Amino acid sequence: MLTILFDGVAYGMLLFVLACGLSVTLGLMNFVNLAHGAFAMAGGYITLVLVNRAGLPFFAGLAIAFLVTALIGALFERTLYVHVYNKNHLDQVLFTIGLVFMSIAAVDYVMGSQQVFIRIPDALQGRFELFGIGIGRYRLLIIVVCGLLTVALQLILSGTRFGSRLRASVDDARVARGLGINVNGVFALTFAFGSGLAGLGGALGAEILGLDPTFPLKYMVYFLIVVTVGGSSSIIGPFLAALLIGIADVAGKYYVPKFGAFVIYTIMIVLLIIRPQGLFARAAGR
Amino acid sequence: MQPAAVEKVDRYLAGRARWGALEYVFWLLALASIWHGYFHLPERYLILTEIAWLGLFALSLDLILGYAGIISLGHAAFFGLGSYVAALLAKHGIINEPVLALVVAGLAAAVLGFATSFLVLRGSDLARLMVTLGIALIMREIANQIPEVTGGADGLQGVTIAPILGTFAFDIFGHVAYTYCLIVLFVLFLLARRIVHSPFGLSLRAVKGNPLRSSLVGIAVDRRLVAIYTVAAFYAGVAGALLAQTTAFASLDVFSFERSADLLLVLIIGGTGYLYGGLIGAVAFKLIQDSLATFDPQYWQYWIGLLLVFLVLFGRIYGAIIAALIFAVARWLQLSFFECALIMLAIGLGYGHIQKGLKLLDGAIARLVGHARSATPMLAHRKP
Amino acid sequence: MAAVLETAALEKHFGGIAAVNGVSLAVEKGARHALIGPNGAGKTTVINLLTGVLRPSAGRILLEGRDITVLEPHKRVGLGLTRTFQINQLFLDLTPVETVGLAISERMGTGAQWWRLVGSRSPVTEEIVEILGRFHLTDVMFERTGNLPYGKQRLLEIALAIACRPQVLLLDEPAAGVPEAERHDILATVAALPADVTVVLIEHDMDLVFSFADRISVLVNGTLLTEGAPDEVARDPRVKAVYLGESLNA
Repeated sequence: MLTILFDGVAYGMLLFVLACGLSVTLGLMNFVNLAHGAFAMAGGYITLVLVNRAGLPFFAGLAIAFLVTALIGALFERTLYVHVYNKNHLDQVLFTIGLVFMSIAAVDYVMGSQQVFIRIPDALQGRFELFGIGIGRYRLLIIVVCGLLTVALQLILSGTRFGSRLRASVDDARVARGLGINVNGVFALTFAFGSGLAGLGGALGAEILGLDPTFPLKYMVYFLIVVTVGGSSSIIGPFLAALLIGIADVAGKYYVPKFGAFVIYTIMIVLLIIRPQGLFARAAGR
Repeated sequence: MQPAAVEKVDRYLAGRARWGALEYVFWLLALASIWHGYFHLPERYLILTEIAWLGLFALSLDLILGYAGIISLGHAAFFGLGSYVAALLAKHGIINEPVLALVVAGLAAAVLGFATSFLVLRGSDLARLMVTLGIALIMREIANQIPEVTGGADGLQGVTIAPILGTFAFDIFGHVAYTYCLIVLFVLFLLARRIVHSPFGLSLRAVKGNPLRSSLVGIAVDRRLVAIYTVAAFYAGVAGALLAQTTAFASLDVFSFERSADLLLVLIIGGTGYLYGGLIGAVAFKLIQDSLATFDPQYWQYWIGLLLVFLVLFGRIYGAIIAALIFAVARWLQLSFFECALIMLAIGLGYGHIQKGLKLLDGAIARLVGHARSATPMLAHRKP
Repeated sequence: MAAVLETAALEKHFGGIAAVNGVSLAVEKGARHALIGPNGAGKTTVINLLTGVLRPSAGRILLEGRDITVLEPHKRVGLGLTRTFQINQLFLDLTPVETVGLAISERMGTGAQWWRLVGSRSPVTEEIVEILGRFHLTDVMFERTGNLPYGKQRLLEIALAIACRPQVLLLDEPAAGVPEAERHDILATVAALPADVTVVLIEHDMDLVFSFADRISVLVNGTLLTEGAPDEVARDPRVKAVYLGESLNA
């Protein structure tokens, strides 16, 4: 049972890294970016090409995936997304769905539609036993990496000037602008960083989540659930939400395989009924 | 009392609901298409049938999106339920007559709509997106998990549809199927038209525009929303049933996200809030999809995505034109997806300039139209 | 005279802040009752509590002796309590005819009918014409509300509340934001409201308050400072101190 918990935690932390960029985007600009999963997919395939075909070491592949995806995010944000901020939510949804369709078709064309696997180093394969818990080496890596990232994010958010600018902008963009904070600049940087994290998550998660051109649509729901349940005004909210979703999903699929998939959908709907603004969001807000 | 003023207001209100000339033209064309000779190629009936039930499906979403302001990413839940119910009723011989099965399927979807309507009353746009998406995914998962009933991933096989009203058997050209769909669409359209021009419909428009004020003039907002959501679910269920009955098949993709997303595309092309948006959009979408599929059968989704992006960026008309231009240029110069994406980014970069140019174009066109109007006084506007 | 609208120790807390703290009001039938106070005193919060837009943290609200503290907003309208908003809350895409007609048919109980066409019932149409005429909106009655000048929108805001035939009408700064040229229309309309309708008025314009009200309550920092006839309140030194610098005399 503890193994399930361990796997669930790994899954949840991965979901967090994948989804936290989306959460900040929503909280900061009230922008629904359904194409977030496309950046994750991009990161995954970039690492695939670098590691499997160009023979780069795994960790280098991860780092480059982060950077390249962040750059792609910045590029798209400055040229396209910026024109859609003022539009209503429906338009934003349609716009990002359009990008998703384009990305799926493009990746399908270039890489083929079959599921692909990134070659992970031998040291990370297999599992070992610790106090009766089956610890998968790769999953352990995920927990470590994602844990470090979470800590780093929290430190940046609370300890740096950029972090306080970001928090101010999320809290009230108009007032923040009035204080001289370059909200658009903050957002561009955050969007890029969030996309980079998504790319990293996509690369890290390829082994567990499976990587194929339909990735953005398959996992879009999970990201959205994390963001909706966790709220978009902090790091802790989505983090706990992601853990909850991860553990519930893994446990659900193990203990009640027939209904495993329902578990998270039902949790989401129930939570949204009880607290429409998300489980961990502030009571007041936009 | 001022009888003259009262009469004026009466005439104004009656005029809002009066059938316009264009409406008559639209339906005359549609009903005329049933006639054999109108379309020389018999295989056109298949795509016309698709347009018919897709139009009904889009109409159902317009009722909640355009008239009540509820964003839904999971309208396929009702469509799919209607589809499976109709298919199962036929397969197991529970209800053999298609029209009756159609109504039952619609009612099943309406029940689901009623049950889930309470979830979309509250919450932000995002919460509504999530909840509706979640419901559609749950429905899909349910269908997936009971393959002994639904046929699972392979779909429901062995469905045979009895003749309509015991008399009109489905033919291989799809002629009967199309007529059937079109008549159902027309009848339900008339009903919807009545609803939106009723006091109830007016209150929906008020709720969409200002829900706070609506409750403070005595409108029981939640009850109205539940009512229209249930009606919309019924319509969607009927549309799904039409699909099942005209193809004698039902599969998991009736619940798919792509179906809900395509529906939004239909409405963005056709426009919302005036009932014809779903119908016009369905025609446009099917034609676009059909022609894209001929050019690029495997990756036509890319162009749909591109179209969506530009429709949002530049509006319905210019967005479609620009997307079409890029498509044409890409085919002519044999550009790759990557290069098209670069063009898209470049257009994004020059967005401000392009918008300014389009505004100038708009102004020029308006002036031209103004000149044309004043030159032909017979075409001058009538006062309402 | 019986109080048609009263509150008992009404409270509303937002986090740690008490926006409304122990307000007990009694408004008599047919009264012209003004609620004044500096900005941020909680006047609009009181209106929001009375109409059900906000739920009180404590206290009770009674309409004609009936406890409506937790009653839904639309039901309070049915019992005869309506309001206007400080910033217009109108249906921008509807015309004045449709807006007023909407309120009338809701009041008559025919608002949910889906099988009839709008306008096929002439008592409603007659009343639409009558109300729009009373509020000087006849010349713009077929225009889209969003296109109307602000003064006309403000008149429509009040007309909409009146169309519900309220027993008690809460006016939240009816003259706010209205250009000088159009204020007269608003003021005259407020003065011409039927005598059997009880009116509670929030206003900053002291001319309007003193020409209109027969009773004034002063709200400061969420509590009632004082209450009484206009000249009593005008003479009260505490009220003058609160409005530091503002002239209270007409």
